[in-house]
Amino acid sequence: MKGTRLAWWVVFIIGALYFFVPLIATFIYSLGNPIAPGAPPPTIDAYGSVLDSSQFWESLGYSFVIGIITIIVSIGLLMPTAYWVRLRVPRARPLIEFITLLPFVIPPIILVFGLIQTFSHGPLPLTHTDMGSNILLVAAYTVLSFPYMYRAVDTGLQATDIRSLTEAAQSLGAGWTRIILRVILPNLRVALLSGAFLTLAIVIGEFTIASFLARPAFGPYLNLLGTTAAYEPAAVTIISFGLTWLAMIMIAFIGRGRTRVAVTGAR
Amino acid sequence: MTDVALPTISQDAPPARPGRRISWSWLGLLPFLIFAAAFLIIPTFYLVNGSFHTESGAFTLQNYSDLGQPTIIEAFRASIEISVVTAVIGGVFGFLLAYAVIRGGLPGILGAALMTFSGVASNFAGVPLALAFTFTLGATGLITVLLQQVGIDITQSDFTIFSKVGLEIAYLYFQFPLMVLIMAPAIAGLKTEWREASENMGASTYQYWRHIALPILTPTLLGTMILLFGNAFGAQATAYTLTGEINIVTLLITRQINGDVLNNINLGYAVAMGMVGVMGITILAYLWLQRRAARWQR
Repeated sequence: MKGTRLAWWVVFIIGALYFFVPLIATFIYSLGNPIAPGAPPPTIDAYGSVLDSSQFWESLGYSFVIGIITIIVSIGLLMPTAYWVRLRVPRARPLIEFITLLPFVIPPIILVFGLIQTFSHGPLPLTHTDMGSNILLVAAYTVLSFPYMYRAVDTGLQATDIRSLTEAAQSLGAGWTRIILRVILPNLRVALLSGAFLTLAIVIGEFTIASFLARPAFGPYLNLLGTTAAYEPAAVTIISFGLTWLAMIMIAFIGRGRTRVAVTGAR
Repeated sequence: MTDVALPTISQDAPPARPGRRISWSWLGLLPFLIFAAAFLIIPTFYLVNGSFHTESGAFTLQNYSDLGQPTIIEAFRASIEISVVTAVIGGVFGFLLAYAVIRGGLPGILGAALMTFSGVASNFAGVPLALAFTFTLGATGLITVLLQQVGIDITQSDFTIFSKVGLEIAYLYFQFPLMVLIMAPAIAGLKTEWREASENMGASTYQYWRHIALPILTPTLLGTMILLFGNAFGAQATAYTLTGEINIVTLLITRQINGDVLNNINLGYAVAMGMVGVMGITILAYLWLQRRAARWQR
């Protein structure tokens, strides 16, 4: 059995190298790539120039705000729907599940293709204005969140006795808005917060939809920076990795160590 | 504890209410249905509809037969090849890695670390991922430079990170961690009693794997690999940032949206539908296998 244990170590070490080498390489590059022949000694100038750049903060801020709005729209749309399906219209479940699975079949590139064609003319020419394009961006991100957000909410509802809670609240005179906001929502805290951080992680780095809608978002900014600057893109990549890491740690923390696997689709 | 939240079609049948007419309760679903119609169904239908019409608006199937053009065929072929290669390599390696930390006798802390890293890596895709690999295997990347110092110059070889193989190397960065995340609970679910029972009856390790463990794991293994296939097939941002040149379906559609490279906008819709078709088959196959896998996860 000693030999096989050694083999498992080898597998693990290969995996660890695959994970860390690109990060180490990016970090070294962000220091001015001091390992290259004839390069100057390591410097953190790239980080300084990135953190001084208004484009960095503006695009990051823009994507962050879009992420927050997406979270609100997504939860506001899916939470009451999943609740209502469980409580009143269980017959609609296959339909709702089918719709929330569609974003897997229609990847972002196809979704944005359809959105541009539909909303560049006709009754709602949303792509013609900045605000319209922002609305489309939030709408597209909300659609991308359907699969994991609906599953998270629905699993949370399953673990809650929503029927008794609803009846108890109603007998105390609560209306629907109050029931959803004050009774059901607090019971789904863990599921919703995990979904929220996942949405934030996805939205902040998203490129495909933001670039086709010509939005000043973080993904397109980093892509452009990659073609125009030398070491700054490496610095931003490290920062972006840190943000993904932060979001995942928050999810693990909220879930108290339970790892939720959410398949979030192609990027 | 691990809790897999993958898409599933629920199997618990809703309570039967024979003869009941559509009730007012359905109205409560309207906000969601209107939103989904406006931003998902109608835009998709716009592409479906356009793919069956000529530019002047007449019905046609010509766009679909034009999918046989060499550029388009090659784009689909390359996309499928990249997706199969990364799904199989990522799937096999991810499985071995998950097995190594769960049943391979490695310290438990490594298992916890691997799960955390996998959660991050499977979400580290798109533009930053492509850039990270440029800094690793590009002309002045870390590995390139280190190899030069031991006398191997990959810039003089056929290999470049901006190629199909390069793209596959980058995709694997999010492919195998996703496999680890999904396979880990399935491997942890292999009951030790099954192994003990088989050993008591005189089964060898090979027989245990051949007749017990693999048949139980196969639906999850295959299902997850299919998911990885779809994951690579639909990816655009990573490929776009790494190499604008390569001819794969997502980049063909990118070029079509940017400048009508096919010289026929309706043919562009048909290409998009071809992609939706492949993704649709992928998801159906996944759901079918997922249902089979669920039998052992009680």
